[in-house]
Amino acid sequence: MIRLEHVTKTYPKASRPSLDDVSVSIEKGEFVFFIGPSGSGKSSIIKLLLHEMAPNRGKVVVNNKDVTSIRGWSISKFRRTIGCVFQDFRLLPNRTAYENVAFALEVIGKSKAVARRVVPEVLELVGLGGKEHRYPHELSGGEQQRVAVARAFVNRPLILLADEPTGNLDPDTSIEIMRLLDRINRTGTTVVMVTHDSNIVNQMRRRVIEIEGGRIVRDQARGVYG
Amino acid sequence: MRAKYVLTEVFVGLWRNVTMTIAMIITMAVSLTMLGASLMLYLQVGDMKDWYYDKVQVSVFLTSDISDQQRADLKTRLETDPAVQKVFWESKEQAYERFKQQFRDLPDLVKSIGPDSLPESFRVTLKDPNQSTAFKTALEKAAGLDTTATTDDGTAASPSADPSASPSGGTGTTTATTAAGDTKPIAGIKQVVDQKKLLEKIFSIIGSVQSMALIVSVAMGIAALLLVANTIQVAAYSKRREVAVMKLVGASNWFIQAPFVLEAVFAALLGSVLAFLALVAGKVFLMDGSLSDLNQILTPLSWGRVLLMLPIIALIGGLISSITGWVTLRAYIKK
Repeated sequence: MIRLEHVTKTYPKASRPSLDDVSVSIEKGEFVFFIGPSGSGKSSIIKLLLHEMAPNRGKVVVNNKDVTSIRGWSISKFRRTIGCVFQDFRLLPNRTAYENVAFALEVIGKSKAVARRVVPEVLELVGLGGKEHRYPHELSGGEQQRVAVARAFVNRPLILLADEPTGNLDPDTSIEIMRLLDRINRTGTTVVMVTHDSNIVNQMRRRVIEIEGGRIVRDQARGVYG
Repeated sequence: MRAKYVLTEVFVGLWRNVTMTIAMIITMAVSLTMLGASLMLYLQVGDMKDWYYDKVQVSVFLTSDISDQQRADLKTRLETDPAVQKVFWESKEQAYERFKQQFRDLPDLVKSIGPDSLPESFRVTLKDPNQSTAFKTALEKAAGLDTTATTDDGTAASPSADPSASPSGGTGTTTATTAAGDTKPIAGIKQVVDQKKLLEKIFSIIGSVQSMALIVSVAMGIAALLLVANTIQVAAYSKRREVAVMKLVGASNWFIQAPFVLEAVFAALLGSVLAFLALVAGKVFLMDGSLSDLNQILTPLSWGRVLLMLPIIALIGGLISSITGWVTLRAYIKK
Protein backbone atom coordinates (compact mmCIF):
# COMPACT_ATOMS: atom_id res chain seq x y z
CA MET A 1 0.00 0.00 0.00
CA ILE A 2 2.69 2.47 1.03
CA ARG A 3 6.39 1.93 0.39
CA LEU A 4 9.34 4.22 0.93
CA GLU A 5 12.52 2.96 -0.73
CA HIS A 6 15.80 4.51 0.41
CA VAL A 7 14.20 7.92 0.63
CA THR A 8 16.45 10.87 1.37
CA LYS A 9 15.07 14.38 1.69
CA THR A 10 17.23 17.40 2.39
CA TYR A 11 15.57 20.79 2.61
CA PRO A 12 17.37 23.59 0.81
CA LYS A 13 19.90 25.27 3.10
CA ALA A 14 19.59 22.51 5.73
CA SER A 15 22.89 21.11 6.94
CA ARG A 16 21.67 17.53 7.38
CA PRO A 17 18.87 15.59 5.69
CA SER A 18 15.51 15.46 7.46
CA LEU A 19 15.03 11.94 6.09
CA ASP A 20 18.15 9.88 5.54
CA ASP A 21 17.88 6.68 3.50
CA VAL A 22 14.51 5.69 4.97
CA SER A 23 12.89 2.45 3.81
CA VAL A 24 9.55 1.34 5.16
CA SER A 25 6.59 -0.68 3.94
CA ILE A 26 2.98 -0.39 5.14
CA GLU A 27 0.33 -2.92 4.17
CA LYS A 28 -3.30 -2.28 3.31
CA GLY A 29 -5.50 -1.87 6.39
CA GLU A 30 -2.63 -1.25 8.79
CA PHE A 31 -2.68 1.41 11.53
CA VAL A 32 0.77 2.91 11.89
CA PHE A 33 2.19 5.52 14.27
CA PHE A 34 5.20 7.57 13.32
CA ILE A 35 6.73 8.92 16.51
CA GLY A 36 9.81 10.89 17.36
CA PRO A 37 10.93 14.26 18.70
CA SER A 38 10.17 17.52 16.89
CA GLY A 39 12.27 17.94 13.80
CA SER A 40 12.97 14.22 13.54
CA GLY A 41 11.49 14.15 10.05
CA LYS A 42 8.14 12.47 10.71
CA SER A 43 6.07 15.28 9.21
CA SER A 44 8.24 15.14 6.10
CA ILE A 45 6.84 11.65 5.51
CA ILE A 46 3.29 13.05 5.30
CA LYS A 47 4.42 15.70 2.83
CA LEU A 48 6.14 13.10 0.69
CA LEU A 49 3.08 10.85 0.70
CA LEU A 50 0.87 13.77 -0.37
CA HIS A 51 3.31 14.78 -3.10
CA GLU A 52 3.62 18.20 -1.53
CA MET A 53 7.34 17.74 -2.05
CA ALA A 54 9.59 15.27 -3.80
CA PRO A 55 12.47 13.31 -2.28
CA ASN A 56 16.03 14.07 -3.34
CA ARG A 57 16.71 10.35 -3.69
CA GLY A 58 14.69 7.20 -3.45
CA LYS A 59 11.17 6.21 -4.34
CA VAL A 60 7.78 6.82 -2.74
CA VAL A 61 5.12 4.31 -3.78
CA VAL A 62 1.47 4.75 -2.81
CA ASN A 63 -1.29 2.46 -4.14
CA ASN A 64 1.30 0.87 -6.43
CA LYS A 65 1.99 4.26 -7.98
CA ASP A 66 5.38 5.92 -7.98
CA VAL A 67 4.38 9.22 -6.41
CA THR A 68 7.48 11.06 -7.61
CA SER A 69 6.53 10.44 -11.23
CA ILE A 70 3.00 11.88 -10.93
CA ARG A 71 2.66 15.13 -12.80
CA GLY A 72 0.22 17.98 -13.18
CA TRP A 73 -3.42 17.02 -13.45
CA SER A 74 -2.79 13.55 -11.99
CA ILE A 75 -1.56 14.98 -8.69
CA SER A 76 -5.03 16.22 -7.81
CA LYS A 77 -6.57 12.90 -8.84
CA PHE A 78 -4.00 11.07 -6.75
CA ARG A 79 -4.82 13.21 -3.70
CA ARG A 80 -8.46 12.19 -3.92
CA THR A 81 -7.41 8.70 -2.84
CA ILE A 82 -5.87 10.07 0.34
CA GLY A 83 -7.69 11.69 3.26
CA CYS A 84 -5.87 14.12 5.47
CA VAL A 85 -6.32 15.43 9.00
CA PHE A 86 -4.15 18.06 10.67
CA GLN A 87 -3.47 19.44 14.12
CA ASP A 88 -5.10 22.78 13.20
CA PHE A 89 -8.26 21.21 11.66
CA ARG A 90 -8.08 23.48 8.55
CA LEU A 91 -11.81 24.07 8.33
CA LEU A 92 -13.31 26.97 6.40
CA PRO A 93 -14.60 29.39 9.08
CA ASN A 94 -17.43 30.81 6.97
CA ARG A 95 -18.97 27.43 6.22
CA THR A 96 -21.02 25.12 8.42
CA ALA A 97 -19.96 21.60 9.32
CA TYR A 98 -22.14 20.27 6.52
CA GLU A 99 -20.77 22.78 4.01
CA ASN A 100 -17.18 22.06 4.99
CA VAL A 101 -17.64 18.37 4.27
CA ALA A 102 -19.71 19.05 1.13
CA PHE A 103 -16.99 21.44 -0.11
CA ALA A 104 -14.62 18.49 -0.43
CA LEU A 105 -17.12 16.80 -2.73
CA GLU A 106 -18.03 19.96 -4.58
CA VAL A 107 -14.49 20.88 -5.62
CA ILE A 108 -13.85 17.44 -7.08
CA GLY A 109 -16.96 17.75 -9.20
CA LYS A 110 -19.53 15.71 -7.30
CA SER A 111 -23.10 16.89 -7.62
CA LYS A 112 -25.17 18.45 -4.83
CA ALA A 113 -27.39 15.37 -4.85
CA VAL A 114 -24.41 13.17 -3.99
CA ALA A 115 -23.47 15.56 -1.18
CA ARG A 116 -27.03 15.50 0.22
CA ARG A 117 -26.87 11.73 0.40
CA VAL A 118 -23.31 11.19 1.62
CA VAL A 119 -22.54 14.12 3.94
CA PRO A 120 -25.20 13.47 6.63
CA GLU A 121 -24.13 9.83 6.64
CA VAL A 122 -20.50 10.59 7.30
CA LEU A 123 -21.32 13.28 9.87
CA GLU A 124 -23.43 10.70 11.68
CA LEU A 125 -20.48 8.30 11.53
CA VAL A 126 -18.14 10.77 13.25
CA GLY A 127 -20.79 11.49 15.88
CA LEU A 128 -21.90 14.94 14.77
CA GLY A 129 -25.50 14.06 13.96
CA GLY A 130 -27.64 17.11 14.71
CA LYS A 131 -24.76 19.58 14.53
CA GLU A 132 -24.56 19.79 10.74
CA HIS A 133 -25.44 23.46 10.55
CA ARG A 134 -23.08 24.78 13.20
CA TYR A 135 -20.15 26.93 12.15
CA PRO A 136 -16.65 25.91 13.26
CA HIS A 137 -16.53 28.62 15.95
CA GLU A 138 -19.72 27.17 17.44
CA LEU A 139 -18.08 23.76 17.84
CA SER A 140 -15.54 22.51 20.39
CA GLY A 141 -12.02 21.55 19.33
CA GLY A 142 -12.89 17.87 19.36
CA GLU A 143 -16.00 18.47 17.30
CA GLN A 144 -14.05 20.55 14.81
CA GLN A 145 -11.57 17.72 14.43
CA ARG A 146 -14.49 15.36 13.83
CA VAL A 147 -15.64 17.59 11.00
CA ALA A 148 -12.11 17.44 9.60
CA VAL A 149 -12.11 13.64 9.86
CA ALA A 150 -15.51 13.54 8.17
CA ARG A 151 -14.17 15.71 5.35
CA ALA A 152 -11.10 13.49 4.98
CA PHE A 153 -13.22 10.35 4.94
CA VAL A 154 -16.16 11.47 2.81
CA ASN A 155 -14.45 10.40 -0.43
CA ARG A 156 -13.77 6.96 1.07
CA PRO A 157 -10.03 7.24 0.61
CA LEU A 158 -7.79 4.20 0.70
CA ILE A 159 -5.40 5.96 3.05
CA LEU A 160 -5.98 8.41 5.89
CA LEU A 161 -3.00 10.54 6.89
CA ALA A 162 -3.19 12.24 10.27
CA ASP A 163 -0.55 14.79 11.23
CA GLU A 164 -0.73 15.22 15.03
CA PRO A 165 -4.54 15.15 14.98
CA THR A 166 -4.74 15.29 18.77
CA GLY A 167 -2.10 17.98 19.22
CA ASN A 168 -4.64 20.67 20.10
CA LEU A 169 -7.02 18.52 22.11
CA ASP A 170 -7.31 17.52 25.76
CA PRO A 171 -6.64 13.84 26.66
CA ASP A 172 -10.29 12.77 26.86
CA THR A 173 -11.17 14.36 23.54
CA SER A 174 -8.02 12.90 22.04
CA ILE A 175 -9.15 9.43 22.99
CA GLU A 176 -12.52 10.03 21.31
CA ILE A 177 -10.78 11.07 18.12
CA MET A 178 -8.58 7.98 18.31
CA ARG A 179 -11.65 5.78 18.66
CA LEU A 180 -13.00 7.44 15.54
CA LEU A 181 -9.77 6.81 13.61
CA ASP A 182 -9.82 3.23 14.85
CA ARG A 183 -13.35 2.80 13.50
CA ILE A 184 -12.30 4.19 10.16
CA ASN A 185 -9.33 1.83 10.17
CA ARG A 186 -11.70 -1.09 10.73
CA THR A 187 -13.50 -0.24 7.48
CA GLY A 188 -10.28 -1.22 5.73
CA THR A 189 -8.73 2.21 5.42
CA THR A 190 -5.00 2.36 6.01
CA VAL A 191 -4.27 4.95 8.73
CA VAL A 192 -0.89 6.63 9.06
CA MET A 193 -0.63 8.92 12.07
CA VAL A 194 2.23 11.17 13.09
CA THR A 195 2.20 12.00 16.79
CA HIS A 196 4.23 12.53 19.92
CA ASP A 197 1.31 11.79 22.25
CA SER A 198 2.71 8.88 24.30
CA ASN A 199 -0.59 8.11 26.07
CA ILE A 200 -2.38 7.46 22.84
CA VAL A 201 0.37 5.33 21.37
CA ASN A 202 0.55 3.26 24.52
CA GLN A 203 -3.21 2.74 24.66
CA MET A 204 -3.67 1.79 21.02
CA ARG A 205 -0.90 -0.83 20.89
CA ARG A 206 -0.46 -0.60 17.13
CA ARG A 207 2.59 -0.64 14.88
CA VAL A 208 5.04 2.05 15.95
CA ILE A 209 7.83 3.44 13.78
CA GLU A 210 10.21 5.72 15.65
CA ILE A 211 12.28 8.24 13.74
CA GLU A 212 15.24 10.13 15.09
CA GLY A 213 17.60 12.37 13.15
CA GLY A 214 15.97 11.35 9.90
CA ARG A 215 16.49 7.62 10.42
CA ILE A 216 14.20 4.82 11.53
CA VAL A 217 15.46 3.66 14.92
CA ARG A 218 12.59 1.33 15.81
CA ASP A 219 9.80 -0.47 13.93
CA GLN A 220 7.64 -2.54 16.23
CA ALA A 221 4.27 -4.24 15.76
CA ARG A 222 1.91 -3.56 18.71
CA GLY A 223 4.50 -1.15 20.11
CA VAL A 224 4.51 1.46 22.85
CA TYR A 225 5.89 5.01 22.91
CA GLY A 226 8.94 3.72 24.77
CA MET B 1 -23.58 23.15 -10.84
CA ARG B 2 -19.84 23.68 -11.15
CA ALA B 3 -20.38 26.58 -13.51
CA LYS B 4 -22.66 28.14 -10.93
CA TYR B 5 -20.03 27.63 -8.25
CA VAL B 6 -17.33 29.23 -10.39
CA LEU B 7 -19.53 32.20 -11.33
CA THR B 8 -20.51 32.83 -7.72
CA GLU B 9 -16.84 32.77 -6.76
CA VAL B 10 -16.02 35.24 -9.53
CA PHE B 11 -18.55 37.85 -8.42
CA VAL B 12 -17.86 37.39 -4.72
CA GLY B 13 -14.16 37.77 -5.49
CA LEU B 14 -14.65 40.90 -7.58
CA TRP B 15 -16.84 42.47 -4.94
CA ARG B 16 -14.43 41.63 -2.10
CA ASN B 17 -11.64 43.68 -3.68
CA VAL B 18 -13.91 46.23 -5.25
CA THR B 19 -11.37 49.09 -5.20
CA MET B 20 -8.74 46.90 -6.78
CA THR B 21 -11.27 45.68 -9.31
CA ILE B 22 -12.17 49.24 -10.27
CA ALA B 23 -8.49 50.18 -10.56
CA MET B 24 -7.93 47.13 -12.76
CA ILE B 25 -10.90 47.98 -14.98
CA ILE B 26 -9.85 51.62 -15.37
CA THR B 27 -6.24 50.79 -16.18
CA MET B 28 -7.41 48.18 -18.65
CA ALA B 29 -9.84 50.64 -20.20
CA VAL B 30 -7.24 53.39 -20.59
CA SER B 31 -4.56 51.14 -22.03
CA LEU B 32 -6.99 49.46 -24.40
CA THR B 33 -8.32 52.86 -25.53
CA MET B 34 -4.78 53.93 -26.33
CA LEU B 35 -4.15 50.66 -28.09
CA GLY B 36 -7.38 50.87 -30.08
CA ALA B 37 -6.74 54.50 -31.00
CA SER B 38 -3.20 53.85 -32.16
CA LEU B 39 -4.36 50.81 -34.09
CA MET B 40 -7.04 52.86 -35.83
CA LEU B 41 -4.52 55.62 -36.50
CA TYR B 42 -2.23 53.02 -38.00
CA LEU B 43 -4.91 51.65 -40.32
CA GLN B 44 -6.10 55.14 -41.15
CA VAL B 45 -2.64 56.37 -42.04
CA GLY B 46 -2.20 53.33 -44.25
CA ASP B 47 -5.36 54.28 -46.10
CA MET B 48 -4.25 57.88 -46.37
CA LYS B 49 -0.89 56.88 -47.75
CA ASP B 50 -2.52 54.77 -50.43
CA TRP B 51 -4.97 57.51 -51.27
CA TYR B 52 -2.45 60.36 -51.41
CA TYR B 53 0.43 58.51 -53.00
CA ASP B 54 -1.92 57.43 -55.75
CA LYS B 55 -2.57 61.06 -56.55
CA VAL B 56 0.99 62.26 -56.41
CA GLN B 57 1.76 64.68 -59.21
CA VAL B 58 4.94 66.29 -60.36
CA SER B 59 4.53 70.03 -60.78
CA VAL B 60 6.64 71.60 -63.46
CA PHE B 61 6.73 75.35 -62.85
CA LEU B 62 7.54 77.43 -65.86
CA THR B 63 9.62 80.55 -66.14
CA SER B 64 7.70 83.78 -66.65
CA ASP B 65 9.46 84.51 -69.96
CA ILE B 66 8.57 81.23 -71.62
CA SER B 67 7.46 81.56 -75.23
CA ASP B 68 4.36 79.91 -76.63
CA GLN B 69 6.53 77.71 -78.83
CA GLN B 70 8.60 76.53 -75.88
CA ARG B 71 5.46 75.80 -73.91
CA ALA B 72 4.00 73.75 -76.71
CA ASP B 73 7.26 71.85 -77.17
CA LEU B 74 7.45 71.07 -73.51
CA LYS B 75 3.83 69.93 -73.44
CA THR B 76 4.44 67.58 -76.35
CA ARG B 77 7.56 66.21 -74.73
CA LEU B 78 5.78 65.53 -71.48
CA GLU B 79 2.78 63.99 -73.19
CA THR B 80 4.88 61.67 -75.32
CA ASP B 81 6.92 60.47 -72.37
CA PRO B 82 6.04 56.77 -71.75
CA ALA B 83 6.01 57.28 -67.95
CA VAL B 84 3.40 60.00 -68.13
CA GLN B 85 -0.30 59.32 -67.91
CA LYS B 86 -1.74 62.80 -68.07
CA VAL B 87 -0.56 66.37 -68.34
CA PHE B 88 -2.62 69.28 -67.09
CA TRP B 89 -1.74 72.84 -67.79
CA GLU B 90 -2.49 75.43 -65.12
CA SER B 91 -2.37 79.05 -66.26
CA LYS B 92 -1.38 81.98 -64.09
CA GLU B 93 -5.04 82.93 -63.73
CA GLN B 94 -6.03 79.42 -62.67
CA ALA B 95 -3.18 79.31 -60.19
CA TYR B 96 -4.32 82.63 -58.76
CA GLU B 97 -7.93 81.43 -58.45
CA ARG B 98 -6.81 78.30 -56.67
CA PHE B 99 -4.59 80.32 -54.37
CA LYS B 100 -7.45 82.64 -53.48
CA GLN B 101 -9.65 79.66 -52.76
CA GLN B 102 -7.05 77.93 -50.61
CA PHE B 103 -6.22 80.99 -48.52
CA ARG B 104 -9.66 82.60 -48.38
CA ASP B 105 -9.30 82.78 -44.61
CA LEU B 106 -6.24 84.98 -44.98
CA PRO B 107 -7.42 87.96 -47.06
CA ASP B 108 -4.26 89.96 -46.30
CA LEU B 109 -2.14 87.28 -47.86
CA VAL B 110 -4.41 87.10 -50.90
CA LYS B 111 -4.27 90.88 -51.32
CA SER B 112 -0.49 90.89 -51.25
CA ILE B 113 -0.31 88.51 -54.19
CA GLY B 114 -1.23 89.81 -57.60
CA PRO B 115 -2.75 87.65 -60.37
CA ASP B 116 0.59 87.80 -62.15
CA SER B 117 2.91 86.72 -59.37
CA LEU B 118 2.09 83.02 -59.45
CA PRO B 119 3.85 80.90 -62.07
CA GLU B 120 2.03 78.82 -64.63
CA SER B 121 2.73 75.09 -64.45
CA PHE B 122 2.24 71.66 -65.89
CA ARG B 123 0.75 69.13 -63.48
CA VAL B 124 2.05 65.77 -64.55
CA THR B 125 0.29 62.61 -63.42
CA LEU B 126 2.50 59.57 -63.75
CA LYS B 127 1.45 56.05 -64.63
CA ASP B 128 3.35 54.80 -61.60
CA PRO B 129 3.25 57.46 -58.87
CA ASN B 130 6.17 55.76 -57.10
CA GLN B 131 8.41 56.84 -59.94
CA SER B 132 7.84 60.54 -59.23
CA THR B 133 11.24 61.16 -57.66
CA ALA B 134 13.07 59.55 -60.55
CA PHE B 135 10.96 61.45 -63.02
CA LYS B 136 11.66 64.74 -61.32
CA THR B 137 15.40 64.09 -61.26
CA ALA B 138 15.46 63.12 -64.90
CA LEU B 139 13.43 66.11 -65.95
CA GLU B 140 15.61 68.49 -64.02
CA LYS B 141 18.68 67.02 -65.63
CA ALA B 142 17.14 67.33 -69.07
CA ALA B 143 16.23 70.92 -68.34
CA GLY B 144 19.75 71.65 -67.23
CA LEU B 145 18.71 72.56 -63.72
CA ASP B 146 21.29 71.82 -61.07
CA THR B 147 19.58 69.22 -58.88
CA THR B 148 22.05 69.61 -56.04
CA ALA B 149 21.06 73.25 -55.70
CA THR B 150 17.36 72.57 -55.11
CA THR B 151 16.77 72.64 -51.41
CA ASP B 152 13.87 70.24 -51.16
CA ASP B 153 15.74 67.34 -52.67
CA GLY B 154 18.85 66.06 -50.97
CA THR B 155 18.81 62.55 -52.37
CA ALA B 156 19.26 62.98 -56.06
CA ALA B 157 22.57 64.36 -57.14
CA SER B 158 23.38 64.00 -60.82
CA PRO B 159 23.78 60.27 -61.54
CA SER B 160 27.12 60.60 -63.27
CA ALA B 161 28.69 62.28 -60.26
CA ASP B 162 27.20 59.84 -57.81
CA PRO B 163 28.43 56.25 -58.23
CA SER B 164 25.89 54.97 -55.66
CA ALA B 165 22.93 56.16 -57.67
CA SER B 166 19.89 54.04 -56.88
CA PRO B 167 18.30 51.71 -59.46
CA SER B 168 15.25 53.94 -59.64
CA GLY B 169 17.62 56.75 -60.53
CA GLY B 170 18.79 54.52 -63.36
CA THR B 171 15.31 54.04 -64.77
CA GLY B 172 14.84 57.74 -64.33
CA THR B 173 17.79 58.42 -66.57
CA THR B 174 16.26 56.23 -69.25
CA THR B 175 13.01 58.12 -68.94
CA ALA B 176 14.96 61.34 -69.22
CA THR B 177 16.53 60.35 -72.48
CA THR B 178 13.13 59.51 -73.91
CA ALA B 179 11.68 62.70 -72.48
CA ALA B 180 14.44 64.89 -73.74
CA GLY B 181 14.77 63.16 -77.06
CA ASP B 182 18.00 64.96 -77.84
CA THR B 183 20.80 66.47 -75.82
CA LYS B 184 19.57 70.04 -76.13
CA PRO B 185 18.28 71.23 -72.72
CA ILE B 186 14.58 71.83 -72.44
CA ALA B 187 13.90 75.51 -72.07
CA GLY B 188 11.40 77.30 -69.89
CA ILE B 189 11.40 75.16 -66.74
CA LYS B 190 11.91 77.08 -63.54
CA GLN B 191 11.41 74.38 -60.94
CA VAL B 192 10.20 70.81 -60.68
CA VAL B 193 8.37 69.88 -57.48
CA ASP B 194 7.70 66.31 -56.46
CA GLN B 195 4.62 66.21 -54.19
CA LYS B 196 5.73 62.89 -52.81
CA LYS B 197 8.56 64.59 -50.97
CA LEU B 198 6.09 66.87 -49.18
CA LEU B 199 3.84 63.93 -48.33
CA GLU B 200 6.75 61.98 -46.94
CA LYS B 201 7.50 64.79 -44.52
CA ILE B 202 3.89 64.85 -43.35
CA PHE B 203 3.70 61.12 -43.00
CA SER B 204 6.92 60.95 -41.04
CA ILE B 205 5.37 63.36 -38.51
CA ILE B 206 2.22 61.24 -38.36
CA GLY B 207 4.43 58.19 -38.02
CA SER B 208 6.13 59.55 -34.92
CA VAL B 209 2.74 60.42 -33.40
CA GLN B 210 1.75 56.84 -34.15
CA SER B 211 4.78 55.35 -32.44
CA MET B 212 4.26 57.61 -29.43
CA ALA B 213 0.68 56.41 -29.08
CA LEU B 214 1.89 52.85 -29.40
CA ILE B 215 4.60 53.33 -26.76
CA VAL B 216 2.10 54.89 -24.36
CA SER B 217 -0.35 52.06 -24.90
CA VAL B 218 2.37 49.47 -24.30
CA ALA B 219 3.43 51.24 -21.10
CA MET B 220 -0.19 51.37 -19.95
CA GLY B 221 -0.54 47.74 -20.92
CA ILE B 222 2.38 46.80 -18.67
CA ALA B 223 0.81 48.77 -15.82
CA ALA B 224 -2.47 46.96 -16.39
CA LEU B 225 -0.66 43.65 -16.47
CA LEU B 226 1.10 44.30 -13.16
CA LEU B 227 -2.16 45.44 -11.63
CA VAL B 228 -3.86 42.24 -12.75
CA ALA B 229 -1.03 40.20 -11.26
CA ASN B 230 -1.27 42.12 -7.99
CA THR B 231 -5.06 41.96 -7.77
CA ILE B 232 -5.04 38.24 -8.35
CA GLN B 233 -2.41 37.70 -5.69
CA VAL B 234 -4.46 39.69 -3.20
CA ALA B 235 -7.54 37.68 -4.14
CA ALA B 236 -5.62 34.42 -3.82
CA TYR B 237 -4.26 35.51 -0.45
CA SER B 238 -7.70 36.37 0.85
CA LYS B 239 -8.85 32.92 -0.19
CA ARG B 240 -5.75 31.03 0.92
CA ARG B 241 -7.70 28.78 3.34
CA GLU B 242 -10.07 27.69 0.62
CA VAL B 243 -7.16 27.15 -1.75
CA ALA B 244 -5.30 25.06 0.85
CA VAL B 245 -8.36 22.91 1.49
CA MET B 246 -9.04 22.54 -2.23
CA LYS B 247 -5.51 21.31 -2.81
CA LEU B 248 -5.83 18.96 0.13
CA VAL B 249 -8.96 17.24 -1.08
CA GLY B 250 -7.65 17.00 -4.64
CA ALA B 251 -9.39 19.79 -6.54
CA SER B 252 -7.77 20.19 -9.93
CA ASN B 253 -5.57 23.20 -10.58
CA TRP B 254 -8.06 24.27 -13.20
CA PHE B 255 -10.84 24.30 -10.66
CA ILE B 256 -8.78 26.28 -8.16
CA GLN B 257 -7.53 28.81 -10.67
CA ALA B 258 -10.58 29.31 -12.86
CA PRO B 259 -12.47 31.70 -10.55
CA PHE B 260 -9.42 33.95 -10.14
CA VAL B 261 -8.60 33.96 -13.82
CA LEU B 262 -12.22 34.61 -14.73
CA GLU B 263 -12.25 37.55 -12.33
CA ALA B 264 -9.37 39.08 -14.23
CA VAL B 265 -10.92 38.26 -17.61
CA PHE B 266 -14.23 39.75 -16.54
CA ALA B 267 -12.50 42.96 -15.47
CA ALA B 268 -10.58 43.03 -18.74
CA LEU B 269 -13.75 42.59 -20.79
CA LEU B 270 -15.47 45.34 -18.86
CA GLY B 271 -12.39 47.49 -19.44
CA SER B 272 -12.45 46.77 -23.15
CA VAL B 273 -16.14 47.69 -23.40
CA LEU B 274 -15.33 51.00 -21.67
CA ALA B 275 -12.41 51.48 -24.04
CA PHE B 276 -14.69 50.80 -26.99
CA LEU B 277 -17.18 53.38 -25.71
CA ALA B 278 -14.31 55.85 -25.41
CA LEU B 279 -13.36 55.17 -29.02
CA VAL B 280 -16.98 55.63 -30.12
CA ALA B 281 -17.08 58.91 -28.18
CA GLY B 282 -13.81 59.87 -29.85
CA LYS B 283 -15.33 59.31 -33.28
CA VAL B 284 -18.56 61.14 -32.49
CA PHE B 285 -17.08 64.13 -30.68
CA LEU B 286 -13.64 64.46 -32.26
CA MET B 287 -13.61 63.01 -35.76
CA ASP B 288 -17.23 63.88 -36.61
CA GLY B 289 -17.34 66.84 -34.23
CA SER B 290 -14.65 69.38 -33.56
CA LEU B 291 -12.14 67.91 -36.01
CA SER B 292 -14.64 67.39 -38.83
CA ASP B 293 -12.99 70.19 -40.84
CA LEU B 294 -9.98 67.94 -41.16
CA ASN B 295 -12.04 65.46 -43.14
CA GLN B 296 -10.81 67.11 -46.32
CA ILE B 297 -7.28 66.12 -45.38
CA LEU B 298 -7.88 62.93 -43.42
CA THR B 299 -9.69 60.06 -45.00
CA PRO B 300 -12.93 59.67 -43.04
CA LEU B 301 -12.98 57.13 -40.21
CA SER B 302 -15.64 54.52 -40.89
CA TRP B 303 -17.92 53.01 -38.24
CA GLY B 304 -16.89 49.59 -39.43
CA ARG B 305 -13.36 50.31 -38.39
CA VAL B 306 -14.44 51.54 -34.95
CA LEU B 307 -16.60 48.44 -34.51
CA LEU B 308 -13.69 46.26 -35.55
CA MET B 309 -11.79 47.54 -32.51
CA LEU B 310 -14.22 45.97 -30.03
CA PRO B 311 -13.34 42.32 -30.73
CA ILE B 312 -9.67 43.20 -31.12
CA ILE B 313 -9.25 45.02 -27.81
CA ALA B 314 -11.54 42.57 -26.00
CA LEU B 315 -9.42 39.72 -27.28
CA ILE B 316 -6.14 41.41 -26.39
CA GLY B 317 -7.39 42.49 -22.96
CA GLY B 318 -8.86 39.08 -22.22
CA LEU B 319 -5.76 37.23 -23.36
CA ILE B 320 -3.36 39.46 -21.44
CA SER B 321 -5.28 39.21 -18.20
CA SER B 322 -5.98 35.50 -18.43
CA ILE B 323 -2.38 34.64 -19.22
CA THR B 324 -1.11 36.96 -16.49
CA GLY B 325 -3.65 35.53 -14.06
CA TRP B 326 -2.79 31.96 -14.90
CA VAL B 327 0.96 32.48 -14.64
CA THR B 328 0.67 34.48 -11.40
CA LEU B 329 -1.52 31.82 -9.82
CA ARG B 330 0.68 28.95 -10.88
CA ALA B 331 3.56 30.60 -9.09
CA TYR B 332 1.35 31.47 -6.12
CA ILE B 333 -0.37 28.11 -5.71
CA LYS B 334 2.83 26.11 -6.03
CA LYS B 335 4.09 27.68 -2.77
